[in-house]
Amino acid sequence: MPIGIFAFLAALALIGAFGVILQSNPVHCVLALALVLMDLGVIFMGLGAVTVGFLQIVVYVGAIMVLFLFIIFLLNIQADPGAGLHLGLKLFGSIAAAAMAAEFAVIVVRTPKISQIRTLPVDFGTVAALARSLFTDYLVAFEVTSVLLLAAIVGAIALARRFAPPLMLVVPDPSRSTLATPPPDAPNAERKSA
Amino acid sequence: MTPISYYMALSAILFAIGVTGVLVRRNVIVMFLSIELMLNAVNLALVALGRRIGSMDGQVIVFFVMTVAAAEAAVGLAIILSMFRNRDTVNADELNLLHW
Repeated sequence: MPIGIFAFLAALALIGAFGVILQSNPVHCVLALALVLMDLGVIFMGLGAVTVGFLQIVVYVGAIMVLFLFIIFLLNIQADPGAGLHLGLKLFGSIAAAAMAAEFAVIVVRTPKISQIRTLPVDFGTVAALARSLFTDYLVAFEVTSVLLLAAIVGAIALARRFAPPLMLVVPDPSRSTLATPPPDAPNAERKSA
Repeated sequence: MTPISYYMALSAILFAIGVTGVLVRRNVIVMFLSIELMLNAVNLALVALGRRIGSMDGQVIVFFVMTVAAAEAAVGLAIILSMFRNRDTVNADELNLLHW
């Protein structure tokens, strides 16, 4: 990727990332994160990972962010009222994060360069190459993923449903049921015969 | 060509911003969004390094991270939903009881 395009995309990602943590309205935070995710998808495509870039946009922006939006709309969450509250917490949280960023900077600067640069295979980043890797080397992990998703679906439904009183299962009792012995002038012949 | 260290620097900065969001914000939904931001920062590092060594493994791991993030979002948002029903708040500071 040319460095000018990378600088543009990186600036966009940083603006979006700061938007996630600085805005008070959760809906705006979700939209800022959607911007970051689309931007990262474009960076992935620029790095040759075309399939993963498209998956990023479709799955993350199209599904997960929309799920977040639905939940925020469902709960009717308004913006945080107190912007100036918890100043001590914000101070110490920022200091801790800055210390970690400094650590990352040291790691990035001190790490020796990867000496071996292999030439990229022809099908690098295509659907075929990703699928070949998924269904050979990572087959077990791929299958376990399906179990994980099933468990997540069941768990989400179990957590999110309202706890109503247990359903009374009505078993038809011919001796007491009014349906079993309709009045003789009932128009429904089938029910009478039953 | 952009050097690989620029991608790593962008990834590290995005991760640090995500950590800041989790530490500073008290709205559980925004904390959750910051966690997603951290996951994506790591995805960027994986894709960039995979490109550098010419291997598809990084992209496969990104695929799995996306799957786990989807499952995590579903379960986490269900927890937030039931929390909001029981306590009427999404502020992490007010969720300080083990029962309701």
